Amino acid sequence: MSPEQKAMGMEPKPAYVARLKDVSHSYGGTRAIDGITLDLPAGRMIGLIGPDGVGKSSLLSLISGARQIQTGEVEVLGGDIRSARHRNRTYPAIAYMPQGLGKNLYPTLSVFENADFFARLFGQGREERQYRIANLLKRTGLSGFDDRPAGKLSGGMKQKLGLCCALIHDPDLLILDEPTTGVDPLSRRQFWSLVEDIRRERPEMSVIVATAYMEEAARFEWLAAMDAGKLLATGSPWQLLARTGSTTLDDAFIALMPEEKRATHKAIPVHPPADFTGADFAIEAEGLTMRFGDFTAVDNVSFRIRRGEIFGFLGSNGCGKSTTMKMLTGLLPASEGTAKLFGKTVDPKDMDVRRRVGYMSQAFSLYSELTVRQNLDLHARLFQLPADAIPARIEEMGRRFELTDVMDALPDALPLGVRQRLSLAVALIHSPEVLILDEPTSGVDPIARDQLWAALIELSRKDRVTIFISTHFMNEAERCDRISLMHAGKVLVSDTPDAIRETRHATTLEEAFIAYLEDAIGETAASSTPALPTAEGEPKFTAPPRHRAFDLRRIWSYSLRETLEIRRDPIRATLALIGSVILMFVIGYGINMDVKDLTFAVLDRDDTVASRDYIADIAGSRYFIEQPPLADYADLDRRMRDGSLKLAIEIPAGFAGHVARGHDVEIGAWIDGGMPQRAETTRGYVQGMHAHWLAQKAREIYGDAASGQFSIETRFRYNPGIESLVAMVPAVIPLLLLLIPAMLAALSVVREKELGSIVNFYVTPVTRLEFLLGKQLPYLALGMMNAVLLWLFAVLVFQVPFTGSLAAFAAAALLYVSFATAFGLLVSTFMSSQIAAIFGTTLMTIIPAVQFAGMIDPVSSLQGIGAVIGRIYPTTYFNIISRGTFSKGLGFDSLLEAFLPLILAAPLLIAASAFFLKKQAR
Amino acid sequence: MRLANIFHLGIKELRGLLRDPILLGLIVYSFTIAVYTEAKAVPETLNNAPIAIVDEDSSPLSRRIADSFLRPYFKPPAMITAGEMDARMDAGTDTFALDIPPNFQSDLIAGKSPVVQLNVDATRMTQAFSGSGYVQNIVSTEVSGFSAQDNRAPTVNLALRARFNPELNQMWFASVMNVINNVTMLAIILTGTALIREREHGTVEHLLVMPLTPFEIMAAKVWSMGLVVFVATLLSLIFVVQGLLKVPIEGSIALFMAGAALHLLAATAMGIALATLAGSMPQFGLLLMLVLLPLQILSGATTPRESMPEVIQTIMLAAPNTHFILLAQAILYRGAGFSVVWPQFAWLLVIATVFFAFSLRGFRKSLR
Repeated sequence: MSPEQKAMGMEPKPAYVARLKDVSHSYGGTRAIDGITLDLPAGRMIGLIGPDGVGKSSLLSLISGARQIQTGEVEVLGGDIRSARHRNRTYPAIAYMPQGLGKNLYPTLSVFENADFFARLFGQGREERQYRIANLLKRTGLSGFDDRPAGKLSGGMKQKLGLCCALIHDPDLLILDEPTTGVDPLSRRQFWSLVEDIRRERPEMSVIVATAYMEEAARFEWLAAMDAGKLLATGSPWQLLARTGSTTLDDAFIALMPEEKRATHKAIPVHPPADFTGADFAIEAEGLTMRFGDFTAVDNVSFRIRRGEIFGFLGSNGCGKSTTMKMLTGLLPASEGTAKLFGKTVDPKDMDVRRRVGYMSQAFSLYSELTVRQNLDLHARLFQLPADAIPARIEEMGRRFELTDVMDALPDALPLGVRQRLSLAVALIHSPEVLILDEPTSGVDPIARDQLWAALIELSRKDRVTIFISTHFMNEAERCDRISLMHAGKVLVSDTPDAIRETRHATTLEEAFIAYLEDAIGETAASSTPALPTAEGEPKFTAPPRHRAFDLRRIWSYSLRETLEIRRDPIRATLALIGSVILMFVIGYGINMDVKDLTFAVLDRDDTVASRDYIADIAGSRYFIEQPPLADYADLDRRMRDGSLKLAIEIPAGFAGHVARGHDVEIGAWIDGGMPQRAETTRGYVQGMHAHWLAQKAREIYGDAASGQFSIETRFRYNPGIESLVAMVPAVIPLLLLLIPAMLAALSVVREKELGSIVNFYVTPVTRLEFLLGKQLPYLALGMMNAVLLWLFAVLVFQVPFTGSLAAFAAAALLYVSFATAFGLLVSTFMSSQIAAIFGTTLMTIIPAVQFAGMIDPVSSLQGIGAVIGRIYPTTYFNIISRGTFSKGLGFDSLLEAFLPLILAAPLLIAASAFFLKKQAR
Repeated sequence: MRLANIFHLGIKELRGLLRDPILLGLIVYSFTIAVYTEAKAVPETLNNAPIAIVDEDSSPLSRRIADSFLRPYFKPPAMITAGEMDARMDAGTDTFALDIPPNFQSDLIAGKSPVVQLNVDATRMTQAFSGSGYVQNIVSTEVSGFSAQDNRAPTVNLALRARFNPELNQMWFASVMNVINNVTMLAIILTGTALIREREHGTVEHLLVMPLTPFEIMAAKVWSMGLVVFVATLLSLIFVVQGLLKVPIEGSIALFMAGAALHLLAATAMGIALATLAGSMPQFGLLLMLVLLPLQILSGATTPRESMPEVIQTIMLAAPNTHFILLAQAILYRGAGFSVVWPQFAWLLVIATVFFAFSLRGFRKSLR
């Protein structure tokens, strides 16, 4: 135990777990937190309440240290969270579970592997890890699912696994950001009873929870209500109720909202249960079944909904609600069963059915790059409303859903409630008869939710629109005419809310649902009741070792995770391994510097023995292929223009005579200059042959003894056959060993940024260097496998002789692949999206490696920027070593100078990456 | 199919692109700075070739030969000893090493036919070929100049002219080929990422509940992204290649752009196909590497097609790039008209149609 920790433990228990003073936070121009001062009591269960987008998540991420503080002071666990020293000390004491189902989990990793990853990050030994994971999985009822990938768990199980991962290191402060959003009532209850159990065992632990469910918040000990980045009120739930004179927290929250917002609130009109008996059926589902492979997502679902009814659909995420809705809209063809709309079977190809249905999907799925008006306009046009009626319709929808003021704003700039109204307006633009809404209210504040519902009720009762809606809120379920509860692809019950309550003799709808769920799950539910481990039986593990600057275990944790992820992604793994071999094959055979089989034709105006002798010299060479003779200049021009001739020769009339008399005579030759490289070589050939012909003539006339005769003996070294393959293959290896490892490494970090799991790096003790090295290791190994494959391929398939030192080549390859992966990591520290990383890596590898690194033109021949890049780009030096060891028979001693830049490259780039990588989000 | 739907969806794509500064930046960069710098960076065929001379004769003639290797073709020759030669060539310092034997001048005068040895690093294919011809020419010229008084051989001159590019300026070739490579790259990237982004944001699903067919959705992406690349290509050709780099273009730009439009149809369809094959953005990135590189290297934009093995030449006939590059070279360099390049147009039309149909099938399937 470190002195600091000892000191912390000895101190009298501090009264506050976190103290915030004048904290403000902005993203770009938007202010998320606006001058909050707040003291959070220690050892309590604290709730941050308020709808989405009011700054709850930002506040939690500031307290957890995941986000950099802009203005104000935040003191957590008795120290300033801005200080890196304090953060280093408190990483092991804080656990943070970000918003979103399984947001910080890795979907392809199994339940056990996920938990193991976190345990390793906190430096736990094998025995401790196994004990803790087994214990936590057992208590959360996940024991039977050790090997299931996290991505295939239901919403509730994901969140329970997230909690396991957060509790793996016995934190003193547990921060949960909307942990139960999108989770079914039973899992929700299990989740909270687990948190309660843990708190009973470790009463010193403080818990801060953000939630949008007021029913949940009513059970917390202390609440802070937030709206629009400001604090509305603090205190225990009954204090808040008493202060506002309300009976429910929902009402209390509305009462606490600022005056101008409250003004827009209208109480939901109590809508009388309508009588639908006479109405025709709008939606009929019979035995609907959907299978994905051997997984049954929806199992034999049947229901009938009458015109004008509001039909609610409840169930956890992943229970088949969305799939059922998709089958009803014709998005997905059902594996079995039929879905009918207005008595007609749903046919995905039938455009007319689509015109009668409005669909609003779960996430906001309109175009964020279009303004409100443009979105409405696009959809109106796509639904083929008459062009002259569109502006009026847009105005009408704008008025009805109170969007008139924001018509020219971009959706991203609008609060969630307004965006959901826009989604609803878009879904209704073509006046559909059926409205299918997939969780339209999640994350929306109570006032906006009530507004939306008021609109829905009006649609149902006044316009007789049939509404099919899924929700997680029980008070919304109460408002439906009938509801269905789904679990694991099956409908458990389908009836009016009152009837369901009565059947189960429950006081609330939630209780009734939990009873149904427990029946459905049967035994599993029983075993998932948390069992307290006996205090005696718990082995004592030494407290986590004090913060070490460098820990191999943490590196290994990331390496292991990365390896597992690649292995679970067969496409990426195969591409990464086989891809380079395919490319080598293609480039090796494709880049061919041999210039041969050049087509030529002659315009022979002399047509004598001498002229034919001259031509025979060219025609006999292996470089040229003679074509039918040219008729005249027009022929010459035409055939050169269409590319069928690369060389044309004109021998003037009287050629033989002039030569015999020793007169000056001129032979004309035209080369196709379209491709300068080829033209240059052709010119060399022609000049050489002309000189040869002249020398021969001279010899014929004057004999060997004439002075001025000499010869040039040209030796093509290292590649006597002047074969392209021998020249190219050793130069292609450096290109391929850069490309793929760099790309994979670059994506590895950016991917975490984009998917959100980067937060694990922000809030755990892993250092920047450990994170980078951990990420680099697997790709280094992959790169080396590539190097071996490429070498074997070059020697065995292309039969390029390898003449130098294999050890030198291997050592250089290792250094070079380290550089390539480090380069990818450096690129990824600057990029925030995977697309940008792909572009960036492509531009920064292919161009320099192909053009400037000596693959085609030697670096010493380059000019300008190209020459500078060529001289500092490590590919240049690996090229020298690769060619040296393959073709020139060299070893370490002759290549020392080329090794030096390679040795420096990787450490420099890793250091730069560590420097630019941020340990906190901004 | 409704043309209005295709039109409106395409406008949506263009508006989306307008709000993406990174992609816009990439387009501008690829067609301006990248074309310019790459064209400028490519050296003339024989430029600053490193040469070393082992002068074992030290005669006026040998010095005359050494002095005649001039920039920009050769770097000033390094005068070295015979012992240094191997090490320098091993390290790649010199591409050429010319060994002038002892008594070269006197042997020459005595008519003993001395032998000059030229060592060439044949792993450097580009310089090895043309360079050794240059070296031989220079030595021959100097020797015959030296012994001019004795030269009674017939004076048959070879008037060698390069057509279409009289000075064999590499930049002319490189600039246009860079533009063409960018056309393919951006067409694939823009359409591919547009589709993947739409899928990741869930908006594809949204489109599908509307009265739209997959054909309309795909056609909208193809025309809008194709148009962007088309305009960028035209501007780049006129302002960067013709304007800034002063590369003369012989043929009709309109004819070339017609070919480019066909090529874009094929390339954007390829982008859609890759995006449907790839499950995610990283997989798209890897696929892009595997597809783009062979397309650029084997299509004849880097090295002449006719020197590739038959098999590769045949396989590459299926790639739109090959035909696009053939027609580009014919039109832009050799001023060929439609009567010459119509086979390439026919090929492109067939390939584009097949690619589009194939992608559409894949796209339909991926939506299930």
